[in-house]
Amino acid sequence: MPDPATLYGLLGIVLAGLGVHAAIVQRDSIRRLLAINVMGVGVFLVLIATAYFGPDQDPDPIPHALVLTGIVVAVAATALALALLRAFERSEDE
Amino acid sequence: MNESMALTIALPLLGGLFAAAWPRRCVSIGIASVVLSTLAVGWLWFSLDAQGPSDQALGGWTPGLGIRLHVDALSILMLSMTALVVLAISVYASHYFTRRSQAARFWPLWLLMVAALNGLFLAGDLFNLYVTLELLGLSAVALTALGGNRAGIAAALRYLMIGLLGSMGYLAGVAMLYAAFGTLDMQQVAAQTGEDPVSQAALIVMTTGLLLKSALFPLHFWLPPAHSNAPAPVSAALSALVVKAGFYLVLRLWTEVFPDTISEHGATLVALLGAGAILWGSWQALQAERLKLLAAYSTVAQLGYLFVALALFISAPPGLARELLFGALVLMALTHAFAKSSLFLAIGVILHRSGHDRIAELGGTAQRLPATTFAIALAGVALIGLPPSGAFLGKWRLLYGAISLEQWLLVVVIGIGSLLAAAYVFRVLGHAFGRSAYSLQAFHSIHEEWPALLLALTATLLLGFGSAWIWPFLEHMA
Repeated sequence: MPDPATLYGLLGIVLAGLGVHAAIVQRDSIRRLLAINVMGVGVFLVLIATAYFGPDQDPDPIPHALVLTGIVVAVAATALALALLRAFERSEDE
Repeated sequence: MNESMALTIALPLLGGLFAAAWPRRCVSIGIASVVLSTLAVGWLWFSLDAQGPSDQALGGWTPGLGIRLHVDALSILMLSMTALVVLAISVYASHYFTRRSQAARFWPLWLLMVAALNGLFLAGDLFNLYVTLELLGLSAVALTALGGNRAGIAAALRYLMIGLLGSMGYLAGVAMLYAAFGTLDMQQVAAQTGEDPVSQAALIVMTTGLLLKSALFPLHFWLPPAHSNAPAPVSAALSALVVKAGFYLVLRLWTEVFPDTISEHGATLVALLGAGAILWGSWQALQAERLKLLAAYSTVAQLGYLFVALALFISAPPGLARELLFGALVLMALTHAFAKSSLFLAIGVILHRSGHDRIAELGGTAQRLPATTFAIALAGVALIGLPPSGAFLGKWRLLYGAISLEQWLLVVVIGIGSLLAAAYVFRVLGHAFGRSAYSLQAFHSIHEEWPALLLALTATLLLGFGSAWIWPFLEHMA
């Protein structure tokens, strides 16, 4: 059994890889947006894993702050993408 | 010094907030903030001249935890380029967006974009670069969609997805570097990177992400639709400034963070991609039926020159030749910013006056809009790289560097690229000078036409004759 940091780190790398793959392969915009979000979660997971030093030690706060910032950016970007998608669908109706 | 560094970011950011809160006054707030932040950049230039490169830890937080701003010759040149181009485009934009609802949407986003650009050129740590990169990407995408037409929205959406993919790649590299070295400060990371696998993996994912954002061939596919469908002032800023941000980051990473990691093969690959960009971009520009598409493909080609110059600079042995290649690279980046923004603004004037930008139907433009046609011709001189433009000196050094490194393929590509550029510029001028009744008036709308003309004059005359003045500034950088 590997230590939790390695496990989470590897999981993050796998998620990021899956996200990149889907973002390139998928044609549908919503799916592509979800894929980019999955990729982001993978990267965030790797960052969180670097903060863990074992059950007896305090975690490193810096990666936590980075991931929080990253999540805010990802939410804003997802909202903008959804707004653009809706505007695109509407322009089709006209 | 400290105040002016923070002010270049804070002024446009505050201006953006005020413009959003007070839409009735957004134009005057916008112009005022742009003028003030240009003055702050001027102040920073003089303090840099007096004190040399320096740092500022925002809010007194120690580097590593807080935000560190850093200014040196490269960043001040990028900041000045941004300030001047933004100033000219802002004057144009204040007359371009005639409906109040459009203006109220444009100015907050525009000022946010300026703040993000200034922040990016001053950021001293890898994570703040990520944040400014995302801010820049989000504001640029929203500006692209401002036109509101279907093609523009589709282009903006694709631009957003590509941008997110690129910056996530960059962030993945940042995560690797933090895991390995425990710091995000560029200088501290730079002291530890080497030929180890983590540095190499981080270099590869970060560079790939940034090449996607800076549209290096064959990752350029998103650029022509986005740049050709955006409103004229936005197209000008996207092509002149926003793609440069990605290039600037690659330049910083390669030369300062990963100087020992970057290999000969990596540089060769980027040089080949750059060569591909020059040929493909110029060829597509020659085939384009619309002016805006021509200008967008010309950006693809010009980015190719920048990356070829970067690759040659990396592989050149230390010495004067290497320093001159660095100067060439910066000069070409500056010239392209002024020339391309001028070209897009001039195209905007033509679109506004004739209602279309089809190259085959430009006949009589030279007679109807002499000042604007003159701007296109001057910008064309800089894009081809003819004397006395700044690009001529840059390309001359680039050719010289390629010959001294015996990169014959690149010599040939640079030559063909220049011929193709001449062909696409003269094709436009040929149509524009078609027979028509003469007008005795040089300018039809001063506000609309002079920004393009001033930008073109800067690219062709000021940067050509003034390059000797910029050079001592850069000498210690290489």
